[in-house]
Amino acid sequence: MRALGNNIMMKRTLLIAAALLGLSAPAIAAEETPVPPQLKWTFHGPFGTFDRAQLQRGFKIYREVCSSCHSLSYVAFRNLSQPGGPEFSEAQVKALAAEYKVQDGPNDAGDMFERPARPADHFPAPFPNENAAAAANGGKAPPDLSLMAKARTYERGFPWFIFDMFTQFAETGPDYVHAILTGYEEPPAGFQVPTGGHFNEYYPGHVIAMPKPLSDGQVEYPKDANGQPQAPETVEQYSRDVTAFLMWTAEPHLEARKRIGFQAILFLIVLSGLLYFTKKKIWARVGHSDLTTHQA
Amino acid sequence: MSQHSTTYVPKSAFAKWFESRLPIAGLVHSSFIAFPVPRNLNYFWTFGAILAFMLVSQIVTGVFLAMYYTPNASLAFQSVEHIMRDVNYGWLLRYLHANGASMFFIAVYIHIFRGLYYGSYKAPREILWILGVVIYGLMMATAFMGYVLPWGQMSFWGATVITNILAAIPVVGDTIQSLLWGGYSVGNPTLNRFFSIHYLLPFMIVGVVILHIWALHVPGQNNPTGVPIKSGKDAVPFTPYATIKDIFATVVFMIFFAWFVFYIPNFLGHADNYVPANPAVTPTHIVPEWYFLPFYAILRAIPDKLGGVIAMFAAIAVLAFLPWLDTSKVRSTNYRPLYKQFFWILVADTLLLGWLGAKPPEGWYVVVSQIATAYYFIHFLVILPVLGFIERPLPLPNSILDSVMGVKGGAGLPSGAKAEPQAKG
Repeated sequence: MRALGNNIMMKRTLLIAAALLGLSAPAIAAEETPVPPQLKWTFHGPFGTFDRAQLQRGFKIYREVCSSCHSLSYVAFRNLSQPGGPEFSEAQVKALAAEYKVQDGPNDAGDMFERPARPADHFPAPFPNENAAAAANGGKAPPDLSLMAKARTYERGFPWFIFDMFTQFAETGPDYVHAILTGYEEPPAGFQVPTGGHFNEYYPGHVIAMPKPLSDGQVEYPKDANGQPQAPETVEQYSRDVTAFLMWTAEPHLEARKRIGFQAILFLIVLSGLLYFTKKKIWARVGHSDLTTHQA
Repeated sequence: MSQHSTTYVPKSAFAKWFESRLPIAGLVHSSFIAFPVPRNLNYFWTFGAILAFMLVSQIVTGVFLAMYYTPNASLAFQSVEHIMRDVNYGWLLRYLHANGASMFFIAVYIHIFRGLYYGSYKAPREILWILGVVIYGLMMATAFMGYVLPWGQMSFWGATVITNILAAIPVVGDTIQSLLWGGYSVGNPTLNRFFSIHYLLPFMIVGVVILHIWALHVPGQNNPTGVPIKSGKDAVPFTPYATIKDIFATVVFMIFFAWFVFYIPNFLGHADNYVPANPAVTPTHIVPEWYFLPFYAILRAIPDKLGGVIAMFAAIAVLAFLPWLDTSKVRSTNYRPLYKQFFWILVADTLLLGWLGAKPPEGWYVVVSQIATAYYFIHFLVILPVLGFIERPLPLPNSILDSVMGVKGGAGLPSGAKAEPQAKG
């Protein structure tokens, strides 16, 4: 603990010294990292909503692929049937939860015991603790995915960030996640990928610990009436679907937020209109109300 | 023009009985009903009311958040996610509070620059202005501590960087730092005390705001001409004229606020703060909230830790001396052709510093930061005092009414201000 403390302290001192000397180390080779492509997300904009089928497919990918290494600890099974999410039926969620085992206890005898999960339980993590997760994954624990779509971004820079305020472009996180999932490529000639690392076009520095997680045809999608998969079983589509699912896990009340927001803003606009005319009428009594200021 | 009574006359027997024991109704009446308001105020003067609204909004949402929030280093992040996911409308409360802080600063910056443009800090409003600087300081402390509470990566590392800055203060720096930390680094005790102080400071702000409003009601409001109220014709009673205008402006501001809360709630935040605090992993880029960026740029512009700290605090403290640094007798920049240009250069310089504060301190960013920092201080310490002596102001109108009616000023040079008895006090 003491050693760790010293280590942090030293890091911190170095960091501050570096910051003050103007030497702070930004992400190495960050300038060579391409900007993630902007996708059209259904949840973008003032009327954005999630595509239920897409969230359900995304969940399937999380369950069959991501969940072997990544936890989803802030999400409970019951959330999967709540409005504004994948909206599985309650029966489906109950059956799904029962497939997982969670630890409970202590019971009357004082023993911990395992039982099938209930909808109120959260997703069990793939590893008992962070150290176990790190040990099984080359020294670095795979991050929890609950907030991933809000916890990652890329720099928009001037003047784009100003336009984003008006266009409500708030999907840098999902764009980044999608870009990472589709960004696995052969390293360019001369690029040395260290052992345990993998080349990813969109990861800052290009060397990511996570091996390429998705490949074409890996996850079977539900079939439509013609027996065809509901969506293409490709890395591109998988990435979109799981990213949409992760946006929902990061922002489960997104739909309610945008719906209430529209009502609130509409109400405020009408109210401000009424107040404007009230104000005008009251000030009409004194004449020349609002002019004056810049007539120097 | 006003048929309203200028003093409160209690009507019922109970009101008379009460008023003779606690004249609070009379105080409210004279402060918010009969109080004479210059009739030529523009919408920049509504930001006082908007700020009062924001303060109340922050306190109300904050009190509710505190019912669910857990100020413990191992539970804080989780409790915020609990608010976001499981508490009914918790996401709304939290986004209102987090974005509310930014709205508060947007409003206060407009309010401050309004004061700078119209010379609202000049006699007899020096105390009013200094109280405003005190409120601004308290706001910054409150906002900084509030940002630490979610205990994300940027919370933790922001707290680490800022508390380390304080260690640079000679003699007492280390003591201040360990008092803030409650240990040997940012940790659970730090979070506990930041939460406690974050809950305390807003009520201190309320106290200073009361003084600020009191100090406003003695000399009365400044106005776009800077010429004081000379007769009843220059003014209108606060209610209904200022009240309705303030309410209208506040609701328009709420539309702007709602846009952020409901549509782009994380636009003004940092993605890194959705990663739980981890003392072992330093974010590649530690950046404070946008409203601190100009000061952060000043801090980093000075290639010496203590020097940077001094410059940063001086950049705020210099505002308190404005009433004496500005030597011009003319308040409103509308009548100061030279200062008007320097005012807008200062605005641009501040925005530039804000942009630089978000950039890594390397290469030409450092050089530009240093130039912009130097200019910031030159503006207040050199340009402002000198301009008062060399500038030829435009003729001021004789009165607010003249200005409203479009009568050209004929009072000659800065005599308008001289004619005002209060200015000499």
